[in-house]
Amino acid sequence: MVEVLRGLRDRVAVVLAIVLVAATCHAAGPAGAIEAFQFDNPEQEARYRALTEELRCPKCLNTNLAGSDAPIAADLRATVHRLILEGQSDQAIRDYLQQRYGDFILYNPPLRPGTVLLWALPAALLLVGVVIIVAMVRRRAGEEASFDDAERARLDALLGDDAVQEKP
Amino acid sequence: MNRASLFVPLAAFVVIAGLLYAGFSLNDPHVLPSALIGKPFPAFDLPALGDGSDATHRYTAADVRGPALVNVWATWCPTCRAEHAELLRIHRETGLPIIGVNYKDDSAQARDWLQQLGNPYAFNIVDSDGSLGVDLGVYGAPETFLVDASGTIVYKRVGDVNRSVWESEIKPHVEALQAGASRG
Repeated sequence: MVEVLRGLRDRVAVVLAIVLVAATCHAAGPAGAIEAFQFDNPEQEARYRALTEELRCPKCLNTNLAGSDAPIAADLRATVHRLILEGQSDQAIRDYLQQRYGDFILYNPPLRPGTVLLWALPAALLLVGVVIIVAMVRRRAGEEASFDDAERARLDALLGDDAVQEKP
Repeated sequence: MNRASLFVPLAAFVVIAGLLYAGFSLNDPHVLPSALIGKPFPAFDLPALGDGSDATHRYTAADVRGPALVNVWATWCPTCRAEHAELLRIHRETGLPIIGVNYKDDSAQARDWLQQLGNPYAFNIVDSDGSLGVDLGVYGAPETFLVDASGTIVYKRVGDVNRSVWESEIKPHVEALQAGASRG
């Protein structure tokens, strides 16, 4: 009798466990889509995606708004959504967040005295590279042309008669 | 080969080492420079926490007049608990008003917290959805602002207010404001 009851208890436990797991899975579905923002049209949704990809999460050093789990990133995603529905332009939304969080929020820093080096350095380094390459090519070209008659005669001698005969 | 050019690698090393040294000794990258210094406190219209006799009152930016500190806090924020004693001390010893912004918090828990730990705040504003936080550029509690008599933000601190921050950063700003006020 005790055995039967124990078996029954185990079976009930298994069924309960299955029900619980199923319930959790069911709950996990809608929870994952907690930020399913509604947009008036697909164009707004595309702008939302582009902006949250482009803007930086202020709490995290190198994550955009779209990719961050930080609560502040969720707040700012909601803010971007609200501003899009209000009919703000992309630039107005960037300005709105920049006024509050500074340049940090932009992955694309604006050109100003403090950021000149940032913008100019790659171009300057490219220029330096071009100058070095041009100088090297020139020097090599100069070396090739620097045979005088005596050197040319010696070169011909070293290369042998074949080289001379090939001359037109 | 020019003898001087032998020193090019050494010179390059020195330049790169110097840049890296300067780069690594820059400010903590987690601390954003505030975009709001010198700007008026953002407009808002939010309810009181009701920790005093202001339970049904609503506050606006017109109520934020300094010199006063505005402290963004929440019961879920461990650092807020750590700085609470220092806020109590500042208010007790200097009489500087501290305005609380209870940020994305449970109001009942917040009132309990103030009952248990003491209340340094002149009044508390409830920012339940973090909208005032966004307008203030808050990205992590606690954050503390110093506003002047016209409601302009003159200083911002991200992270806890402790004795050394008070002495070295906030107090000089407060004294400058008070000196300016007594002259004007």
